[in-house]
Amino acid sequence: MSATPEKKAPKKSTPRTNMPVQPPFARIQNYLEVALGYSEADAQAEASRCIQCKKPSCRQGCPVEIDIKGFIGQLQKGDVPGAYKVLRAYNSLPSVCGRVCPQETQCEGMCILGKNPEKTGGAVAIGRLERFVADTFAARLAGGDAACLQITGEAACRMTHDELKVACIGAGPSSLTVAGYLASLGIKVTVYEALHEVGGVLVYGIPEFRLPKEIVRREVDAMRELGVEFKTNWVGGKAITVQELFDDGCKAVFIGVGAGLPQFMHVPGENNIGVFSANEYLTRVNLGRAYDFPNYDTPIFKADEVCVIGGGNVAMDAARTALRLGAKKVSIVYRRTKAEMPARLEELEHAIEEGVNLELLCAPLALNADENRRLASMTVQNMKLGEPDASGRRRPEPIEGDTREIPCQLAIIAVGTKPNPILLEATRGLALNKRGYIEANPETGETSIHNVFAGGDIVTGAATVISAMGAGRRAAKEIAKRLLGAEA
Amino acid sequence: MNYRILEKKVLIPGQTTLLVIDAPHVAKKAKPGNFVILRTSEKGERIPLTIADCDPDAGTVTIVFLVVGKSTAELNTFEEGQALHDFCGPLGRPTHIEKQGTVICVGGGTGVAAMHHIAKGHAAMGNHVVAIVGARNKDLLLFCNELGNFCPEVLIATDDGSQGHHGFVTEVLKQRLEEDKDVSEVVAIGPVPMMEAVSKVTKPFGVKTTVSLNAIMVDGIGMCGACRCTVGGETKFACVDGPEFDGHKVDFGELRLRLSQFRSQEQESMQLFQHKCHCGEGK
Ligand SMILES: Cc1cc2nc3c(=O)[nH]c(=O)nc-3n(C[C@H](O)[C@H](O)[C@H](O)COP(=O)(O)OP(=O)(O)OC[C@H]3O[C@@H](n4cnc5c(N)ncnc54)[C@H](O)[C@@H]3O)c2cc1C
Ligand SMILES: Cc1cc2nc3c(=O)[nH]c(=O)nc-3n(C[C@H](O)[C@H](O)[C@H](O)COP(=O)(O)OP(=O)(O)OC[C@H]3O[C@@H](n4cnc5c(N)ncnc54)[C@H](O)[C@@H]3O)c2cc1C
Ligand code: SF4
Ligand code: SF4
Ligand code: FES
Repeated sequence: MSATPEKKAPKKSTPRTNMPVQPPFARIQNYLEVALGYSEADAQAEASRCIQCKKPSCRQGCPVEIDIKGFIGQLQKGDVPGAYKVLRAYNSLPSVCGRVCPQETQCEGMCILGKNPEKTGGAVAIGRLERFVADTFAARLAGGDAACLQITGEAACRMTHDELKVACIGAGPSSLTVAGYLASLGIKVTVYEALHEVGGVLVYGIPEFRLPKEIVRREVDAMRELGVEFKTNWVGGKAITVQELFDDGCKAVFIGVGAGLPQFMHVPGENNIGVFSANEYLTRVNLGRAYDFPNYDTPIFKADEVCVIGGGNVAMDAARTALRLGAKKVSIVYRRTKAEMPARLEELEHAIEEGVNLELLCAPLALNADENRRLASMTVQNMKLGEPDASGRRRPEPIEGDTREIPCQLAIIAVGTKPNPILLEATRGLALNKRGYIEANPETGETSIHNVFAGGDIVTGAATVISAMGAGRRAAKEIAKRLLGAEA
Repeated sequence: MNYRILEKKVLIPGQTTLLVIDAPHVAKKAKPGNFVILRTSEKGERIPLTIADCDPDAGTVTIVFLVVGKSTAELNTFEEGQALHDFCGPLGRPTHIEKQGTVICVGGGTGVAAMHHIAKGHAAMGNHVVAIVGARNKDLLLFCNELGNFCPEVLIATDDGSQGHHGFVTEVLKQRLEEDKDVSEVVAIGPVPMMEAVSKVTKPFGVKTTVSLNAIMVDGIGMCGACRCTVGGETKFACVDGPEFDGHKVDFGELRLRLSQFRSQEQESMQLFQHKCHCGEGK
């Protein structure tokens, strides 16, 4: 096989290789992963669709600029460890990103084959291949030096220097990236997490049916083997402050506390029984495993008719969770149209396949209760699309006097989040921007305090897993440079 | 595993228990008014309990709880030497304590335990603390002796008259407010109806009234909104904005309803637990 890619545009269009999924009627009865992943043959077929462009445009679409051509090239040769090593040099959680990145607007959105799908069969399924490589590699790892291989793709990591201490606050993807990177260089990292489980949104927000918790646990276990210490139930700003961490000998502190404060809509009836933030609903189900109540103790509110307000990933996750918990009718209430929904395309498609109903072009005006203050219905304002706004999306405008009522006994509000002030208020000298997020140097991640770094949603506002990890990696590189000098 | 139980004291058999937990980092930071969130097991629910006392030198935190459902019933089966699965704190805003003169601290039921820590804080600040403690009968009274260690006055009310005033704490409070015009603050901690009643009594006197809201919580750090309460017409998160609020502004009716949100599942969980216990399953 010649490696030089002559102008070998595929003769006939080979369509994207489908990913096997659990059929909709079956999957809404369980909480198991929906997309089942490629087989070796599927992966080979899909990898061979990549034409190994001289100037691969796909790479510009990836927020961490993964050498996509490189890893697919390895895969074309059947070299899974080689492909993993390429991925791991850019991305600390490829098994996660392969599953949750909004590929259609990132890497795959830029793939040359996506430009003319009728002729080419569509963009290379980069995310699915990434997932295949990471899962296959992990499945082949066994004991021994596996942890370092998993974290770095290299055979061995450095011994830990116990005096080089770094602390991370929050245990989401940004902090996990910092911890993994520094631990592989022999730096002693301690991660402080407020909740009782490690992983951030990956464990309390994104449901099992989209991202099995086992995958996050596998990564965390590998980090533990490399000497990373996880302290759960520690709230930064309450149990420990940034200053105390330095007093305790830390050379640098990374803040990756996410943007977890739920926003409400400030419409009448929002505190009625049956009205939840998506954060509460998903945290009960995912962190508290309420889908397995009463085997697990955390209860969850159930209803026949459910409305989820919002159009992003969080709304999709809440709606599909409600279906799995036995709701008869679940509607997504969104003020624009399907085309403007910020959710990952695959999630929206899966939600519709599963029977989620879309109530488009309407916005809640009131959450109406019965005489016991239990939610009974929602009054919505009908909308139409006007001129594009700053984000380029057409602005929804109310149609004066045109309202309707949607019956529902459970409403889940997924209209965005804000930064949580607990740690920020307890950290003197930490500069915040107008919206209350941390100001950090875009190159190094350093905040207004020397040797205090920050990254992920607490800097950018709610964004993506891969961008949080990218920020973590930039900060980790800078920290390593400062601590190890030329050695890094 | 840490968070070991160093001491267990049954205050009212089958009902109220005191545990002293080994948690140095929590003890170091805990202030009156703070609470913890704990889980008994890997499958447990996160439940909030007030820090009733702490000893930073010994590294211990004391909690006192009433058995009301599955989690507290399970907690009550723990013995000295066993460890809790999770123990997170200190959480919530500490009580605002300043030198201000006379402070009346009213406690009902298990709420007396939480009130005890706050009363201690006020006494340490040099305030004249009057404790008013209520229960159904004298056998259910809690913390009277401990309160006596730093409160010059401990007034008692029992529903059946078996000790102290025959009637409610609110009657004792009202009488006291009528006699003493110099009371600068009333703190009330206990069942929701009791805090509501206290707030009604103090209103005409115009005295500052602080109550501690026991809303249902999940994370305890402001990330879920489960604990939202209406105070002065605004939505507040009890875990981070509170748990203490101005009793004259709290919508107690809403709080009571929100506390019943999961009633049917709680009952299911409790029945299952009792069933298991009676079968002698486990050890
Ligand atoms: C339901 C849902 C679905 C999503 N779906 C997708 C998707 O499909 N694809 C995608 O790319 N992105 C998705 N996102 C967004 C993505 O998960 C986030 O952008 C990403 O997790 C941010 O990572 P982070 O490290 O900044 O913080 P987080 O993941 O938010 O983690 C922060 C951690 O810090 C902890 N913490 C907070 N305060 C403190 C404190 N004071 N002390 C100690 N610990 C603290 C929190 O408990 C949490 O564990 C989704 C988000 C949600 C909520
Ligand atoms: C800040 C705060 C401090 C508290 N301090 C104490 C204390 O010092 N001693 C004490 O005995 N109790 C205290 N409580 C109440 C205690 O948390 C509940 O009694 C406990 O959670 C009940 O759990 P369960 O499984 O035993 O009962 P369940 O059967 O689950 O519930 C019984 C009732 O307890 C309430 N409850 C249930 N789950 C929660 C939850 N996650 N958070 C809050 N309330 C809940 C509900 O009203 C429910 O109807 C406090 C609550 C709060 C919010
Ligand atoms: S990390 Fe995400 S955006 Fe980058 S290549 Fe992988 S799937 Fe695409
Ligand atoms: S742009 Fe598409 S075809 Fe070209 S290298 Fe990237 S993935 Fe392969
Ligand atoms: S308990 Fe979640 S916000 Fe208060």
